[in-house]
This record gives sequence, structure tokens and C-alpha cells, in this order.
Amino acid sequence: MNACYLLRRYFMTSIRAQLQYPASSLMLACSAFLTSVIELAAIWALFNRFGEVQGWRFGDICLFFGMVSISFSIADFMSRGFDVFGNEFVRTGDFDRVLLRPRTATLQLIGYDFRLRVVGRLLQGLLVLGVATRALEFHWSAGAVALALWTTAGGVALFFGLIVLQATLAFWTVESLEVVNVVTYGGVQAAQYPLGLYTGWFRNFLIFVVPIACVAYFPVLAILHKADPLGAPGWFLPLAPAVGFVFLAVSFAVWSLGVRKYTSTGT
Amino acid sequence: MNSLRPYVAAFVARFKTMLQYRAAALAGFTTQCWWGGLKVMVFAAFYGHSTHPHASMTLAQVITYTWVGQALLTLQPWGGDPEVAAAVRTGGVSYDRLRPVDTYTWWFIRATAWMTARAVPRAALMFAAAAVLLPWAGLDAWAWRAPADATQAGLFAISLLLMILLGAAFTMLINLCITATLTDRGINTLAPALVILFSGNLIPLGLFPDWVQPLLIAQPFAGMLDIPTRIYIGALSGGAAWGGLALQVFWTLVFVMFGRKGIDRVMARLEVQGG
Repeated sequence: MNACYLLRRYFMTSIRAQLQYPASSLMLACSAFLTSVIELAAIWALFNRFGEVQGWRFGDICLFFGMVSISFSIADFMSRGFDVFGNEFVRTGDFDRVLLRPRTATLQLIGYDFRLRVVGRLLQGLLVLGVATRALEFHWSAGAVALALWTTAGGVALFFGLIVLQATLAFWTVESLEVVNVVTYGGVQAAQYPLGLYTGWFRNFLIFVVPIACVAYFPVLAILHKADPLGAPGWFLPLAPAVGFVFLAVSFAVWSLGVRKYTSTGT
Repeated sequence: MNSLRPYVAAFVARFKTMLQYRAAALAGFTTQCWWGGLKVMVFAAFYGHSTHPHASMTLAQVITYTWVGQALLTLQPWGGDPEVAAAVRTGGVSYDRLRPVDTYTWWFIRATAWMTARAVPRAALMFAAAAVLLPWAGLDAWAWRAPADATQAGLFAISLLLMILLGAAFTMLINLCITATLTDRGINTLAPALVILFSGNLIPLGLFPDWVQPLLIAQPFAGMLDIPTRIYIGALSGGAAWGGLALQVFWTLVFVMFGRKGIDRVMARLEVQGG
């Protein structure tokens, strides 16, 4: 029952440790911010030259981009332990110690590290949402805000699930596989643009295999009160983020399979 | 000739070592396929048709640009040489200082080997996928095309060589920054932001607004992808192509000059760590 208390302790320790190097933390956060603002510059340049794409305007893209950036940054903030799981826990045998402690591995891995630099991406996401609001002259009604929060929750669940899956792979490969970055960082990249821009099989990949469209494209359509030009039913759009939680549940099921299979590499 | 031997040996040794990292090359290739494919689809959607009244390049040119950019990714200076960073951290840098070679040239040669050896397998895989496999699979519109003509191909070869030298000269500046600050964290997170935007890796520089074009072509990072690639697709030809090559040479010389000056100053008050 003291899980919350423990998490808070983990959190405080991690933040305090990073604040010992304030300049370094600030610089890393600034770089993270800068890197993602630069992506916005590229999107802006494309719209500046081409005007619009399939009826989508700059503001629409900003809304997609902002939502998915916020979701990913929050998931990234909480999942560092899973992210480095292969190299820092499995290869070293440190996971044995985690398993010996009288708390769940998930709790300990979440508490492993909270990186402050992630704040840079979060700020960028919020800034891009601001840009979107201005560009679209969008009015945030209570319903829209609630839907945005629900979308973020689903997105966090999905990205968290992906990183847990990446960690699970390490039970077999022993090392962290960076290839999963393709669907996390690459997924953020893919979710910036509406699904209609992509070719059929890639669309299906983003809906059914790694359901990033369900936590970005579909719910953002609902926020914008737009019908899906690809023909997804209207009732599905606001419900889509639930898929993120289903994905997370499946990921944890696979994870516990991995834990059961785990044989130590330590000495 | 004898005085060159240690440098040649250093190049060959590093090149062979870096070629061993096959899993890393495959992982990089996968990532580059994803990114390249994504960009190609987005560009195709923006263009709508094969040409667009507001763009100076055709869609086929932009697509080829994208694939070339992904293939040459490791020839771009994304950060300092990790071995220099490690040497600075552990104090191994003092061994480098004791060698009877010029430290700048030594590191420079090792940087070129480090970059090219990683680029060779990635470029070969990327070419096989985008220039051979895609047309074979019927996706001819998304394929990596051959260079515009023989002259452009020749100029591209020169420009590619200059791109490697320019990239290595910039890597040396990063190395010096690492040596001076004793850590690679700050500069290695800052450099990629500059490179990705100003080299044309994110989107071709030609697609940025027309009023910034003169500035974009003149800045040093253009020589680290945009100039060679524009020559390849034929968007930069004749006198303009030679101008591009001259810019690459100019910036390389500037970077080398700064690097040489910097290394003297940094090494004069180098703190050796470790024990």
C-alpha cells in the first residue's frame, strides 16, 4: 500500500540528484526543446511552400504533433528503467536484486530514474499546441480539454507499452535493442501527419500493429470535430485512445511471460 | 612518403574495426528505411503530382535527395569521435600526445575512417533497398534514381569527397570542444540540432522559403549533404555546381584553420584525468 510513498521517494531522489548538476540538466532540456522545435520549422517550411496538403493546414498538423509529443514525453519520463533494462539490468545481472526485493519489478523500474531533460519535449509539445490554437483560432471547450487529456492518457499508455515490450525483448537478446526506437521516436514522427498521407499498408500498420493512430490521429479528429476522410466511424474517434490501454495490458502480459522465463546472467 | 605511413595505417586500422559492427549497421539501416520511407510518403502527399508550381525541384528529385541523405547519414558530423571522448575521460589522451605524429592530423584521419567505414555498409544496403528493390516491387515512383548525367555524377564524386573532409573538419571542432570541457554531453546534444536542420537532412534546403535560400547555401552545413545531393539530382549544375564545390573547400579550410589554432590552445592547458 506504500507504493505511492515509495514512488514519491524514488522521484525526489532522482530529481535531487539531477539538480546537483543544474547547468547540465538545463542544457540537456534546452537541447531536447531545440531539437523538437527544429522539426516544427521543417513542417512550417513545407506548408509555407505548398500551402496545404489534402485539405490539412499547418494548425492541424501542429495539433497532431503537439498531442503526440506530450504523450511521448510523459511516457519517456516514467519509463527510463525499462528503456535501459537490457544493458543496465539483464546484462549486469542486476535484475536478480530487483526480483529479490519485496516490491514489484514494475514499481522499481519506474522509480529507477526520472530524467529532467524530458521536460524540454513536454514544453515543446505545449508550445506547439499553443501555435495550433492560434493558427486554427481554436476554442478549447471543456469537452475538448477533457478529450485532449484522455488522448494524452491513452498515448502515455501506448508509448509506455512499447518501451515495456522493448525491455521484454532484452530477456531474449540480453542487450537493449535500439531498433524499437524506430516505433517510438519514429512513431512520434509518423503521428505528426494525418493518416491519409500514407500508403495503405503503412496506415494499417499504424492502426493495427503499433496503434499510434488511435492515440493521435483519431482522437484529434474528434477534438477538431472533423469526420475521418478515410471513413472511420464517428463514434470510434473519441473512444480510440482506449486502444492504448489495451496495448499496455498486452505488453505487461508479455512482460510477465519474460520475467517467468528469465534466467540470470550475473555471477 | 614515409612520414605518411602512420596516418595511412591509422585510417586502415580504424576503417577495418568499424566495418565489424554489422548489427549496428543493420539497425541503422532499418531506422533509415523507416525515416526515408516516411519522408517520401509525406513529400509525395505535399506534391500531389510529380511537380508543384511552388517548388523548384520535382518530386522524383526530392525523393532521390531523401534516399541519398539517408544513405550518407553517418558521413554527417552528428557528434564527436567517441574514442576521443573516451580518451579525454580516462586520461588516454596523454598517449595520443606522446605519439610522434601531429595530433590534429591523427584525429582527423581517424575521424574520416570512423565516418566512412560506417557509411559504406549503410549506403550499400540503402542503395539496394531504394534503388533496386523498390522499382522491382513496382514502386518506381518512390525509387532512388540514377544521377542526372555523367558530368553530374563526376561532380558528385568530388563533392562527396569534400563532404567527408568538411564533416571530419567539423567533427574535429567538436572533438576540441570535448577536450576543452572534458565531457561530450553538452556539445553532442547541441551539434545534431544544427546538422539536421542546416544540412538539409530534415527537409531539402531548397524547400525552405525563397528569401532564405542565399543564406542557406552559403552556410557551412550545406556542404555536409545539400550541395553534393543537389549536384547528384542535377539541381545544381554548371557554374553553380563549381560554386558549391568552392564553398565546400572554403568551409573545410576555415574549419581546419580554427581547429589547428584551437588544438594548440587546448593542448597547452590540457588537464589529464584518470589515474
